[in-house]
Amino acid sequence: MSCEKISNSLIAYLDGRASDSERGVVEAHLKLCAACRERAEEFRRLWQVMAEVPAAEPSLGFDARLRQRIATAPRSKFWGWMLPAPRFAFSVALLVALSIWVGARQPRSVNPQNAAAKSEEQFRMINNLGVLENYDVLSNFDALSDLPASTEPQPASEQGSGSGG
Amino acid sequence: MARSDVQLMLDVKAGDDVSFELLLHKYRTPLVHFLCRMVKDQAAAEDLAQEVFLRVYRARKEYSPSAKFTTWLFCIATNLALNAIRDGRYRQMQISIDAPADDDEPAFQLPAREARADDRLIERERNQMIRGAILMLPEKQRAAVVLHKYHDMDYAEIGKILGCSESALKSLLFRAYETLRVQLALLVARPAAQTAGEGKRI
Repeated sequence: MSCEKISNSLIAYLDGRASDSERGVVEAHLKLCAACRERAEEFRRLWQVMAEVPAAEPSLGFDARLRQRIATAPRSKFWGWMLPAPRFAFSVALLVALSIWVGARQPRSVNPQNAAAKSEEQFRMINNLGVLENYDVLSNFDALSDLPASTEPQPASEQGSGSGG
Repeated sequence: MARSDVQLMLDVKAGDDVSFELLLHKYRTPLVHFLCRMVKDQAAAEDLAQEVFLRVYRARKEYSPSAKFTTWLFCIATNLALNAIRDGRYRQMQISIDAPADDDEPAFQLPAREARADDRLIERERNQMIRGAILMLPEKQRAAVVLHKYHDMDYAEIGKILGCSESALKSLLFRAYETLRVQLALLVARPAAQTAGEGKRI
């Protein structure tokens, strides 16, 4: 097995948490690979070195300060349920604000010029209703449509004047 | 018989503040140690540790024992530390491995005869170097290393805290330790003389 493939099992092997199969694979590889043996040895030394570094102890006033913080922490408010999910709260607030903005914008979007043109067109149509209801006009339209196109003979006077010119 | 952490927390949920004091007493030091290794500065680490306990106390009414208490506690601590580091609140605490020691940690200036003081100084420099190398790791690798090395947590628990699978965690740990091995080669590599000696014997 390659060095790369055993790398993920190497830490578990060194800290003693590797499974039996993992341990077998790593041990077989370490027998053959000097570079990985050296690396494993350096990891062991690294852990020893890391263990030597102490961490700072909590200061003496830690508990007292915590108790004070707990005592002065504000009680959960009406909207306290939102605090664990600030992103959700922000999204809801944004959605509400957007809805209000769109709602407030809608009446203003009607253009007064368009409204005037529309009402003028309606007025013209109402005004023409009389023409459409006039029987004579309608019958004239019918008569015109019955006429044969360009078959009517020309008056004689027109023919004479035309040839004389 | 001592109550388990989960039982103590359930008692806190039921309104028993003494149980909260017991949990505070038990986990105050490990949490401060963990956070000190995450953000370096002790004041910042204590501030974050207090925030962890404050959140535990505030969340007591909603507590349900779905995981080990330590997993829950360190999950809160890790998230707070990672957020604080990413927000840049503790950016000034990200030190370089080559940076000089703090002002209260003077460089090598003591007379040679003061062997004890010298030793202390060398030890301090050495610790500073190791802490610096850990702090230089990417945040998630740093958290994995600190929980693995200093808190002796198993892979399943660290995986739950960091939100990754065991195999992803093993890979993360390998990369982190590999970086540390290279960064701290001065401390972990075998002395050249020893290697040369072995070569001669061969």
